[in-house]
Amino acid sequence: MNSANFEFLANLLLKKSGHVLSPEKGYLLDSRLGPIARKEGLSSVEELVQSMRTGNDQRLSWAVTEAMTTNETFFFRDRTPFDLFKSEVIPHLAENRRPGSKARIWCAAASAGQEPYSLAMILREERSALRGVQMDILASDISDKVIEKAKAGLYSQFEVQRGLPVQLLVKYFQKQGDLWQVDPSLRQNISFKTFNLLNSFQTLGTFDVVFCRNVLIYFNQQTKTDILNRIASRLAPDGFLFLGAAETVLGLTDAFEPVAGKRGLYKRKAIAQAKVA
Amino acid sequence: MKHCLVVDDSRVIRKVACRILEDMEFSCIEAEDGQQALDKCRQAMPEAILLDWNMPVMNGIDFLKALRNESGGDKPVVVFCTTENDMGHITEALRAGANEYIMKPFDSDILSAKFAEVGLI
Repeated sequence: MNSANFEFLANLLLKKSGHVLSPEKGYLLDSRLGPIARKEGLSSVEELVQSMRTGNDQRLSWAVTEAMTTNETFFFRDRTPFDLFKSEVIPHLAENRRPGSKARIWCAAASAGQEPYSLAMILREERSALRGVQMDILASDISDKVIEKAKAGLYSQFEVQRGLPVQLLVKYFQKQGDLWQVDPSLRQNISFKTFNLLNSFQTLGTFDVVFCRNVLIYFNQQTKTDILNRIASRLAPDGFLFLGAAETVLGLTDAFEPVAGKRGLYKRKAIAQAKVA
Repeated sequence: MKHCLVVDDSRVIRKVACRILEDMEFSCIEAEDGQQALDKCRQAMPEAILLDWNMPVMNGIDFLKALRNESGGDKPVVVFCTTENDMGHITEALRAGANEYIMKPFDSDILSAKFAEVGLI
């Protein structure tokens, strides 16, 4: 792709999704955007970008932005965060929230739903440990397409075999033709929403736990800092943040501190403490 | 090194599975049907068994039931690996004492994910 076209595309993605398109990611262009080019009746990705530069087709820019986001995920991905959710977060909330009150979890890059459904399964399995605290999940993602898939809760045989113990498959899924569908009762406490992390979080309410895993890696430093600070402002003072295994708050914000010995788990730093530090 | 008994009537499947398992540092023993598998288990119980369902002579589920009645037969971790992919077969396998269940086709990602699930790796 010629450099003017590449630059146009990189700017578009940065503006629409905050994602950084570095030249090393160039190899993704053909596989991700080829299908869109063909659908538009264009012969190449080059031609697609050229036509975007001349026209101002918002629908097309959005389709391209969406196609460039990565939605790789699976049930109980990386396992540790889910173990920590069970061993640290649930006991803390059971202790510090009134029985009958509602606590809220936000899966900020929920992709096709595996993360929120994994959490919903844990909540169900650990119901007695919650001591009457109700937990609702907001599952959001920038991509309409994956949120639609998440809502439907339909997964291929391949998807239900990555990370999901067969005992949970039997308990919480039903077979629909060649696919497997999450039990409707598991979907009850999850709401799904298309949401761009660059937009204001004001409308989302506040949360007790935020999962924001494997999405900051796509943003530049400034956007990472901004998103982390805005998450902090929506999080209860004793709330928890989960980041991906390759992500950190270090050097980005003082709003959070890592929980010692608990990889990927962060707590809000108390304001007085932050000032002293 | 842990031992895995690979039970499948297809030589090709056994070969593919063994190659993946050897990369996961298992040493593999092969059996073509449930009866052969039971004989091998009576000689030495493996740590893991990857088990097909439909086989001549003795099928996978009958083998599993017989295994669990053997002395020391509760020890091996049994992972079914079969084209049978309906809820009925899966629950029957779990009731008979299977620890995990792989629906074919499988690849190294699924095999290692399932083996990790049951603590074999």
